[in-house]
Amino acid sequence: MTVPNEHLLFLAAILFAIGVCGFFVRRNSIMVLLSVELMLNAANLTFLAGSRMHSTAARPELSGPIFAIFVILVAAVEAGVGLALVIALFRRKQTVSLDQLNELGD
Amino acid sequence: MDLRKQQIAFYTALLFGALAAMGWGLKTAGIQGAMFGFFASFTLGGGLMCIWERSVVRSAFSLMATFCGVAGLFILLGHDFLAMAQILIYVGGILVLILFGVMLTPPDLNERQLPRVGLGVVAVVGALAFVGAKVAAVVNWAQAETLPPAETKAEQIGAAFLRADGYVIAFELAAVLLTVALVAAVYIARRKPSDLIDLTEEGGY
Repeated sequence: MTVPNEHLLFLAAILFAIGVCGFFVRRNSIMVLLSVELMLNAANLTFLAGSRMHSTAARPELSGPIFAIFVILVAAVEAGVGLALVIALFRRKQTVSLDQLNELGD
Repeated sequence: MDLRKQQIAFYTALLFGALAAMGWGLKTAGIQGAMFGFFASFTLGGGLMCIWERSVVRSAFSLMATFCGVAGLFILLGHDFLAMAQILIYVGGILVLILFGVMLTPPDLNERQLPRVGLGVVAVVGALAFVGAKVAAVVNWAQAETLPPAETKAEQIGAAFLRADGYVIAFELAAVLLTVALVAAVYIARRKPSDLIDLTEEGGY
């Protein structure tokens, strides 16, 4: 690929910014989970760009893709447990809107 | 502006953004630049639609575009095994899980009220300005060098996982984490025995 590395890092940064934005703006707890997935994808892209920056044709750098695999695994775990929490929450409160789940706040 | 016009304007802007990215990539870096523009606009467009759409089903499906775009970028970078894992786990697993969770949530029609959207626009512009300032300070655009592709094969990744001086401890810990998460998800989301008794008394299940 002949695209310079900076473009890849820039793309990952914009994707991360979109994820942060969704995390703070949306008020549905499932949407918050989806925004976290966006941010994890951006982190994956950054890992791969860093690995590309430090690898040569003779000796490819493997730590980037391996970290990306671990990030994907943690994302799967997070989605599973997060969805279970949302389901348990819905069973108790009949809502998943974060605006109405404020017992621990104020 | 009513809702339908908003949607049409949004999708038109996305389409033109994708075409512009592809054209710019084709002009600067040839066919691979065009592919990068295509996948990048897929990724960013899916992400924008994900936080724009009010119904969670639409958000989840537009997130599929993001995941597929990121998988395409992985292929473009030479990591074909990662791209397969991305599609299998994200699109096949996480997205299906989320679509299952979507059954619980009605569409939130008050989601896109003006103060919240204004806050979002301010957040996006602030974040992009921050990122742009950082990048412009660091990157020397005239000398942006092209790098060789860092290709990985599945054998290399597997060997790195299982070598004693590699990532074998992290690999085993990942297995433990998956098991714990599986048990925890079942334990959190199960019906309590009292719920079951109530249901049988009411004649359900």
